[in-house]
Amino acid sequence: MTTILIKGARILGGAPRDILIGDGMITEVGERLGDRDGQVVDADGLIALPGLVDLHTHLREPGREDAETVETGTQAAARGGFTAVHAMANTSPVADTAGVVEQVWHLGRTYGHCDVQPVGAVTSGLEGRQLAELGAMAESAARVRVFSDDGRCVSDAVLMRRALEYVKAFDGVVAQHAQEPRLTEGAQLNEGEVSARLGLTGWPAVAEEAIIARDCLLAAHVGSRLHVCHVSTAGSVEIIRWAKSKGWDVTAEVTPHHLLLTDACAESSPLGPYNPIYKVNPPLRTAEDVRALREALADGTIDCVATDHAPHPAEDKETEWAAAAMGMIGLETALSVVQEAMVETGLLDWAGVADRMSARPARIGRLAGHGRPIEAGAPANITLYDPATRTRVDPTAMTSRSRNTPYEGMTLPGGVVATFLRGRPTVLEGKLV
Amino acid sequence: MKQHLISAADLTREDALLILDTAEELARVSERSIKKLPTLRGRTVVNLFFEDSTRTRISFEAAAKRLSADVINFSAKGSSVSKGESLKDTALTLEAMGADAVVIRHGASGAPHRLAGWVRGSVVNAGDGTHEHPTQALLDAFSMRRRLGRLEGLKVAIVGDVLHSRVARSNVALLHTLGAEVTLVAPPTLLPVAVDSWPCQVAYDLDAVLPKSDVVMMLRVQLERMNAAYFPSAREYSRRYGLDRDRFARLHDDAIVMHPGPMNRGMEISAEVADSARSTIVEQVGNGVTVRMAVLYLLLGGSEPAIGGTE
Repeated sequence: MTTILIKGARILGGAPRDILIGDGMITEVGERLGDRDGQVVDADGLIALPGLVDLHTHLREPGREDAETVETGTQAAARGGFTAVHAMANTSPVADTAGVVEQVWHLGRTYGHCDVQPVGAVTSGLEGRQLAELGAMAESAARVRVFSDDGRCVSDAVLMRRALEYVKAFDGVVAQHAQEPRLTEGAQLNEGEVSARLGLTGWPAVAEEAIIARDCLLAAHVGSRLHVCHVSTAGSVEIIRWAKSKGWDVTAEVTPHHLLLTDACAESSPLGPYNPIYKVNPPLRTAEDVRALREALADGTIDCVATDHAPHPAEDKETEWAAAAMGMIGLETALSVVQEAMVETGLLDWAGVADRMSARPARIGRLAGHGRPIEAGAPANITLYDPATRTRVDPTAMTSRSRNTPYEGMTLPGGVVATFLRGRPTVLEGKLV
Repeated sequence: MKQHLISAADLTREDALLILDTAEELARVSERSIKKLPTLRGRTVVNLFFEDSTRTRISFEAAAKRLSADVINFSAKGSSVSKGESLKDTALTLEAMGADAVVIRHGASGAPHRLAGWVRGSVVNAGDGTHEHPTQALLDAFSMRRRLGRLEGLKVAIVGDVLHSRVARSNVALLHTLGAEVTLVAPPTLLPVAVDSWPCQVAYDLDAVLPKSDVVMMLRVQLERMNAAYFPSAREYSRRYGLDRDRFARLHDDAIVMHPGPMNRGMEISAEVADSARSTIVEQVGNGVTVRMAVLYLLLGGSEPAIGGTE
């Protein structure tokens, strides 16, 4: 049995401990476990977190392999400290059948940089007309539990109700992209002072909040589980807080970019005004929204951080704002942004980060092998992180096939040093293995 | 002056007054029988028009030609753009051809900003989406000053589809910089949600605003807006916000009426108001050439003084 000894890691930021890994599992955790045969990883000064889990990743394969592939996307995930990602369904063809979700799942297994858990579409072709074969996807080798039309909203109330009810049969969850379509026709940027000045069609907060409120009520009515994707407004936080106070089974995620950036980026940034690198859906909101989202993540109203990693090739961003694709990459910067927005502000400690970026997303996605505490008997999914380093973000240094990072030129704290997937290092010394 | 003219909001009071004063000097040239100046001889100005706008294009063309610049008209229709060429590639092509200034009209807000990042020459915004149209605001301010003798303290009502109007955005910014007091008048549906953050007043009742206005600027209202429920019908819009004879009578005797054109006669403005002696609508067109001459002259820093020898 090959073993790996991680020496002196501060588990969740605590006192230094040694972690012994054997046969894919954590076999022992303690002080000075001593010299043994096998590989030794010096983790002096590094924080050990359970391997991160992303509930919201666009891997683009099949269909847009020019933007990302399962291989490059999972490499980016590993470098960001992730051991599992949920691959969104808006591929081409859409992941709305057992065949497509199994293909994506197999590709993930083949490359092995992290676990790939496909998300199934709620409706056929994401068209919002007819339910996709949710049960077939749930029973496939991919064992789909999260269903989402992400990129589009399941706006039809009856269809949403049926989806929420139907997935109860296999403990599934509907992850809603909350966007009332009529209120957001042609929408480009958060509707507010900045959009008014820039003359860009506004994306009003109410278009998100109205759908979240409706979905919470629907989920309560039929006794189902609802997950809200990329919550972006202070009003959405209030609604989710209210739904949770009723005891309803509602969970929510926030993206790193909504925790750090505001719509002011579209008007004034070192990269120039109207730079579509900041164009994303839902849009960047106001400083007040950012504050509310951080507080909600800290108090647990928002359960987890999910990247909404959305790769786009350069030609889809080097355009006029209105013509540009929506989305930004985020796997490789997620933990650093969370450190900047949540840890350095005193809102979360490292145990909190582990909970919001590993334990809770794993629970929502029903990923049994992930999000477990770092203790003997758990699968050895571990991320070693150096919180003391600071790095200037360089898009050309990204592992992702795409370069559309909104943090270009910013200096962010921290860096992932090593990632272990069931005991096997996928990243060591900051580099892919 | 800065290198580009993209937004009226970028202009300082000094910049704006320099443009207006330079235009005033150039206006004297227009009164001569030979209108041409040698100032920009050997310079190339490209008119890059992604939207049809014959009025604005010929205004810029006349301005550049009166300064002796070489003018290249590039319209998107029937060109490489209609074959899918990106704005960036078009910009790089113009750059390679050595354009000293690019005058751009584009349907997307912010396109001139993007263009400015890809070319070395000066970029002049000739209207971008629903963002800005700074030379329109400059020619409007020029027209007001010529008619009324001042801008400071002037009460200007801008009436109509503010939400979708680049003319309104540029005018609010520029007139505020120049000390005029702007009141926007529109149905609430045609005002941006955050309009209260703009440096102007907002009113819904045109009749209440008219008696205290020195200038009434009517904006073009597109009929298709009523399909998106911005207002119920053309007739109701006209009844509540159109400038007809009765409303015109509520203005004080020295007040002037403006319109950036093209007009919908009978919709936002009646024919007799548009054609009255207190309408500046035709003058605005002539002033447009003069103001655009001033802008091109100042941006391209002509090698000879603006006013001097004639050919």
